Amino acid sequence: MAFTFAAFCYMLALLLTAALIFFAIWHIIAFDELKTDYKNPIDQCNTLNPLVLPEYLIHVFFCVMFLCAAEWLTLGLNMPLLAYHVWRYTSRPVMSGPGLYDPTTIMNADVLAYCQKEGWCKLAFYLLSFFYYLYGYVIISPVSPLRVCSNN
Amino acid sequence: MAHRSASTPVLDKTMFYLLQCLLIVQNARLLSHSILLKNFHKCLTIRHSQTFYKFVKMIISKCSKEEKKKDFFPPPGGVYPQGCTQVKCCPHSLYSPLDCPMFPPQPSAGPAQLSPSLAGLSLQSQTPESLRVVNLLQERNLLPPGPVTPPTPCLPQDLQKINCHPEVFRSTLTSIPQTQSLLNKAKLPLGLLLHPFKDLSQLPVVTSSTIVRCRSCRTYINPFVSFLDQRRWKCNLCYRVNDVPEEFMYNPVSRSYGEPHKRPEVQNATIEFIAPSEYMLRPPQPAVYLFVLDVSHNAVETGYLDVVCQSLLENINALPGDSRTKIGFITFDSTIHFYNLQEGLSQPQMLIVSDIDDIFLPTPDSLLVNLNECKELVQDLLKSLPQMFGKTMETQCALGPALQAAFKLLSATGGRVSIFQTQLPSLGVGALKSREDPNQRASAKDIQHLSPATDFYKKLALDCSGQQVAVDLFLLSSQYCDLASLGCISRYSAGSVYYYPSYHQQHNPAGVECFQKDLKRYLTRKIGFEAVMRIRCSKGLSIHTFHGNFFVRSTDLLSLPNVNPDAGFAVQMSIEENLVDMQSVSFQAALLYTSSKGERRIRVHTMCLPVVNSLSDIFAGADVQAITGLLASMAVDRSVTASLSDARDAMTNASIDSLTSFRTSVLTIQQPGLLAPACLRLFPLYILALLKQKAFRTGTSTRLDDRVFAMCQLKYQPLAYVMLMIHPALYRVDDLTDEGSLNVSERIVPQPRVQQLSVEKLSRDGAFLMDAGSVIYLWIGRNCNPNFLTQVLGVPDYAAVPPNMNMLPELDTAESQRTRAFVGWLREQRPFFPILHVIRDESPLKASFLQNMVEDRTESALSYYEFLLHVQQQVSK
Repeated sequence: MAFTFAAFCYMLALLLTAALIFFAIWHIIAFDELKTDYKNPIDQCNTLNPLVLPEYLIHVFFCVMFLCAAEWLTLGLNMPLLAYHVWRYTSRPVMSGPGLYDPTTIMNADVLAYCQKEGWCKLAFYLLSFFYYLYGYVIISPVSPLRVCSNN
Repeated sequence: MAHRSASTPVLDKTMFYLLQCLLIVQNARLLSHSILLKNFHKCLTIRHSQTFYKFVKMIISKCSKEEKKKDFFPPPGGVYPQGCTQVKCCPHSLYSPLDCPMFPPQPSAGPAQLSPSLAGLSLQSQTPESLRVVNLLQERNLLPPGPVTPPTPCLPQDLQKINCHPEVFRSTLTSIPQTQSLLNKAKLPLGLLLHPFKDLSQLPVVTSSTIVRCRSCRTYINPFVSFLDQRRWKCNLCYRVNDVPEEFMYNPVSRSYGEPHKRPEVQNATIEFIAPSEYMLRPPQPAVYLFVLDVSHNAVETGYLDVVCQSLLENINALPGDSRTKIGFITFDSTIHFYNLQEGLSQPQMLIVSDIDDIFLPTPDSLLVNLNECKELVQDLLKSLPQMFGKTMETQCALGPALQAAFKLLSATGGRVSIFQTQLPSLGVGALKSREDPNQRASAKDIQHLSPATDFYKKLALDCSGQQVAVDLFLLSSQYCDLASLGCISRYSAGSVYYYPSYHQQHNPAGVECFQKDLKRYLTRKIGFEAVMRIRCSKGLSIHTFHGNFFVRSTDLLSLPNVNPDAGFAVQMSIEENLVDMQSVSFQAALLYTSSKGERRIRVHTMCLPVVNSLSDIFAGADVQAITGLLASMAVDRSVTASLSDARDAMTNASIDSLTSFRTSVLTIQQPGLLAPACLRLFPLYILALLKQKAFRTGTSTRLDDRVFAMCQLKYQPLAYVMLMIHPALYRVDDLTDEGSLNVSERIVPQPRVQQLSVEKLSRDGAFLMDAGSVIYLWIGRNCNPNFLTQVLGVPDYAAVPPNMNMLPELDTAESQRTRAFVGWLREQRPFFPILHVIRDESPLKASFLQNMVEDRTESALSYYEFLLHVQQQVSK
């Protein structure tokens, strides 16, 4: 049996999610630095803002892959985050460049706490989905160790 | 009151008996009183009938009223010496000084001579004045006769005496709750209101090579630290024990050695240090002023250039600065004009840059010149500038590129940019489109476009802030200018915004006068450059949000490229760790700036407040004006991030929630009516006034720019001026007398009573003065006392009052002198110049006068009584 498209999707998602986990950790560290006064908010926003869209696009990308592979359950699990990203980006402050974070409001305790919480939630979500994709890949993949074992 | 009438005979008898008792035992009055009160409380526990409560409460209140009138019972402030040792419970100094005029504190042989146990007894049974329960639905005259004074924190007297002045540093709660959950229960906001760079008549300045600070939290030494012994002091913010440096042992004031606790740093809560070189990142910058003037057709039409140039010519020697002061000018329409003012030129040279997409400085060195060396050229330019553009036909205006040019010019040194703008910027970067639909002003349910349309101005402001450039905006226009977008340039660069709607040299002389006076103050007031302000607070407290004009650089640090004496700040606080075992907490605001003379200075304000653990103590220490000011700032944020209706609801809920909390958690006796502690009795009134304020009102036609400007002012003005904007003061002035008058620098200033803001207080035979902060109205009744008309206004009768009267004639009569002295005194109390409008019944301005009558019902807003009923309904739910 050939290496299916769905298995390929899972494998790709697995790799991309690993990247997203790094994004999430990066965000958490950045906001923590802001909170403990190590960084200037302008610099910090300038480093974070270019990362926002790539993260969203990566997520959209493998969602589209799952759609093509007709992996409805996986797609369904990702829909809330997708919707959240769309909402988050449409309700961003008035900005000429890409990104979400405004240096003038980021130091507000509510905004900072929200961003930190968002970072942790996303990290948890990506970690869980990482293991889910691993599981999905193992189940579906024709060359997975499980199948090899059962064939023998 | 009808439901009580049936029982009156019984009541009167009891009361008579009580009063008799109280009168007979005059010497042991406290004793008897406390016993009586104690007995009542006993009765309360025995019998729980609702009517009985009423009787008892009424007797108590009647008794206390009787006492007040007769001065029978000394006020709490007089009974106990203020220096109480217990910080946590001393209701006497929570006694709000609101009623002070009736009640001068007097020494008394009372409890001081009683045994401690008896004194303690009366302490418990007597509620502090600020917690006296007021039924708002029944009490009509809530306003004190004079200005509302802030409550005094309940601290030992020796600490309170040196505490920071409330005009400079003020907290919404003068007693800090021990835990966040207690604060949440009280439903009152916790925050600080600051006016750090206020012009002070007396400011101790210390020059010393070492500034003593805590080694771990960098707090400056202040009056609230404790000296463990002569060689060690304990920080009051982080509790670290520090060494006293050798130099600090010597006291320069008394020239004595070994008394570190007598040093000026430890004796004054507000102090200024001259900073040594460690406090400089670069050599202190000179004073640099750049004026950016709009010279398009529209601008020339308003005629503002004459006023600006004239004012600058007059005040050119009074500009704060030293021999290094620099000045420069840029004008702009569809192109940017620079002025070469270099020494040696016979006349100013104008350089035009028409490439507004890629702005550059034609001669970078000679555009900003030393004021002293090139004063004549500058004066020449100022004289010729108004005529230079007299016939211009250019209607476009490239504000964005002009600002970029200004930023480029100043970025090497830092300094102050003053922009004069008269229309919506239409060319180049930062061009804006009109977003306001005038037909929607009154009908729209929710106000749109309160947030900026572009982030160009914000980004530029942040760049400016990084290079220590502040931008002040003068907006003189008759049409919509999108202040919401333009204002960002000042907001994030710590500048200030001035707005003169419908400014025109001929058509609006009152506006011109106001602009002239404001400009004079603006040009000559103190200024601090390249400033930062850090606010430190005791361990356990943390800063939640800042309000004002600045850029927040880190959690407790504000970057202020310029700081001026008319800027106020507000800070929301939260309690992160429980403040158990703490008697008091301290807050310290340190403002590091470069003075116009090139000196690096640090102004430090420290405030100490007691920590309490009961809800009643929190309520007793609530400062209603500070709470209102902070809520107004929070509401401005809310209306920009969420919506105006959301902000309005939040304000109403703030009053409902706090009164509910007071009713359920503090009051032991449930009564009908809307009950509030005396210190919060003005809270619903102020909230209603806020809802009717230009910034937050709905249903009335309000121009978007006016609204946004009002919002800017609420966030940026110091509390004293904000309060007048929210709740104007109304005085009757046709019968001014010298009774109770003040004597200010050999002038007698009458002090009329503050009236409630209701049309019912106006009478046709009087004249009323309304002080609304930036504007003063003098309303003349139709049948006004002819004496007032002739002696003060200098007109024979009512019909002869001119329609556009903006000043009081200088007549040589006692009445005229009194009135002018009073108006002059009101004006002196604020840095801006309020215009005086004399209005009659037919005046077009009558509508805006009546809009300030916040207690009355309007088409779209509730009256004060209706609002109270609404609040009551929600509270008793």
